[in-house]
Amino acid sequence: MDYFLSEEQIMIRDLCRQIAEERIKPVRAELDEKEEFPREIMKALAQADLYGLIIPEQYGGLGGGCLENCIAVEELSRACVGVSTSFAASFLGAYPILLFGSEDQKSRYLSQIATGEQMAAFALTESAAGSDAGAIQTQAKLVGGEYILNGSKQWITNGGEAGIYSVIAITDRSKGPRGASAFIVEAGDPGFSTGKKEVKMGIRASTTAELIFHDCRIPKDRLIGREGLGFVVAMRTFDKSRPGVGAQAVGLAQGALDEAAAFARTRKQFDKPIINFQAVAHMLADMATKIEAGRALVYSVARYMDSGAKDISKVSAMAKLFPTDMAMDVTTQAVQVLGGHGYMRDYPVEKMMRDAKVLQIYEGTNQIQRNVIGQELNKEYGRRD
Amino acid sequence: MKIIVCLKQVPDTAHVKLDPVTHTLKREGVAAIINPFDLFALEAALRLREQVGGAIHVLSMGPPQAAEAIKEAIGYGVDEGLLLSDRAFAGADTWATTAALAAGVRRMGGADLIICGKQAVDGDTAQVGPGLAMRLGLPQVAFVKGWREVAAGHLVVERQMDDGVDVVRLPLPGLITVVREVGEPRPPSLKGKMRAKKYEVPMAGAAVLGLTEAQVGLAGSFTQVVEVFAPQASGQRQMIEAPAQEAGRLVVDYLVRDQIIRLGS
Repeated sequence: MDYFLSEEQIMIRDLCRQIAEERIKPVRAELDEKEEFPREIMKALAQADLYGLIIPEQYGGLGGGCLENCIAVEELSRACVGVSTSFAASFLGAYPILLFGSEDQKSRYLSQIATGEQMAAFALTESAAGSDAGAIQTQAKLVGGEYILNGSKQWITNGGEAGIYSVIAITDRSKGPRGASAFIVEAGDPGFSTGKKEVKMGIRASTTAELIFHDCRIPKDRLIGREGLGFVVAMRTFDKSRPGVGAQAVGLAQGALDEAAAFARTRKQFDKPIINFQAVAHMLADMATKIEAGRALVYSVARYMDSGAKDISKVSAMAKLFPTDMAMDVTTQAVQVLGGHGYMRDYPVEKMMRDAKVLQIYEGTNQIQRNVIGQELNKEYGRRD
Repeated sequence: MKIIVCLKQVPDTAHVKLDPVTHTLKREGVAAIINPFDLFALEAALRLREQVGGAIHVLSMGPPQAAEAIKEAIGYGVDEGLLLSDRAFAGADTWATTAALAAGVRRMGGADLIICGKQAVDGDTAQVGPGLAMRLGLPQVAFVKGWREVAAGHLVVERQMDDGVDVVRLPLPGLITVVREVGEPRPPSLKGKMRAKKYEVPMAGAAVLGLTEAQVGLAGSFTQVVEVFAPQASGQRQMIEAPAQEAGRLVVDYLVRDQIIRLGS
């Protein structure tokens, strides 16, 4: 399929494909096995300017949009979603600053993120506040010229690896969801530390850790936007980032199809390559068709968002929901095509199947995506009455 | 620090074959790439620039299409390039090549450090780096695998030898040739590639460089390649039938006898 990408977008795709083939594929199994953060690869991505992809040019980035991000993330994910998660999480941490930060915050932090000098992370989830983000307990109190943060965040991608954290905390409990605010916390801030590092089913090259705030003092100019804007910041951030998760799913599923199709062409049973059995060929046909549908959706939504559209919540949720469910299905089928081989660690598809699961869970479970889409439908059809 | 990296565009040797009739390299349909060892030279230059700042220029000699190699280097974040291109340069051996490259270095205003790959994968002579240093009257260290010290007036480098590593102090300006251990080449950068797309590679011919036709190309060469041929495959084979350990030892004996490998002391 030709998606009529610009010369620049093709350049991004080819460069990411080169890095994926040369740097990521040879080490992905080892990174997964050892649950090791891919520092060398992150450095190569920084040298390739990829951390600047969506950062505006005035802050040292390339000024790309959602589609450029999706193209890059898709290619990296084709080789390893653990690596692409580590990479993409830096943009997730950057979005609150990019969307709502002051000029000072942007020039100070975005420039460091663009060069890859610092990675970023986004911290919302807590032990008792997952899908119900309004239940967060972490507090920020303004005392003199400082905010003092207390509480802990759970399952934070890049926790401990990032230098810059966008953190959502409650500033006024009496106001409910309007009482949350977003802050920038730096790795060296007093009272800030990382706790438990999680052991995961998949995306094991990425780091997932607990963040602990114990009388963590930050200057008051670290507030993003204004007090009470925390959930707006979080929701707008997710609106922007969700197609990127869809792109991860498309890349992952494509990687699984690559493996399954190549295997089916060479694996012989009953004296012929198994791709010549209709049962197998039809599985591959369905996989390929679903991947193309997922890619078409992600690219269309990304282009729509880049056009400056405001009503993006529904389509952004769709661009996460469909491809991630698709990737779970396709990677499962890939394991099936490889049969016993697919179940063994000698082949990459079992890792792909493990990696796929989290895509249906993080950045809003797929049930939450359906809620978002359902609410938007309700509003849309309500307006017609 | 101003660094000049010398690059050669070569056929992608992973895919090159000899024409069995003419014994020449079959270049049709074979992609041209930057000599892989020169990518190590480029990586060394990029690391030095990160460490002490400065500028990197790349220099190449070749047909007009070798400008692609310079553009590719721009994609890695190199500052400027120069391609020496002239019909008169054709057929140059390493002697005539260094004459042109030395003139190119002078035209670029010289450098604190010149870095070359240890050899090109098509000619495999490993002479151009040292020859260029001789032409320019510069001190040189070949087979450099890294450096311990970078100062304004000198470099302390590690030279890879068969039996160990020499640590050598190289006064600057000087020239090094590098081996693969100097560091894995990084991927190109997006900003670099975008700049490369628009970059117009400056070119210089013999006249501009102040060289006569007698000094360069085939006319300026002391050696001529008379014939290139692939070694005949004899088709002979010998099976070693012995228990694994003993078979291994026998294989080593054969390889040593035929001087394919040498055992360390």
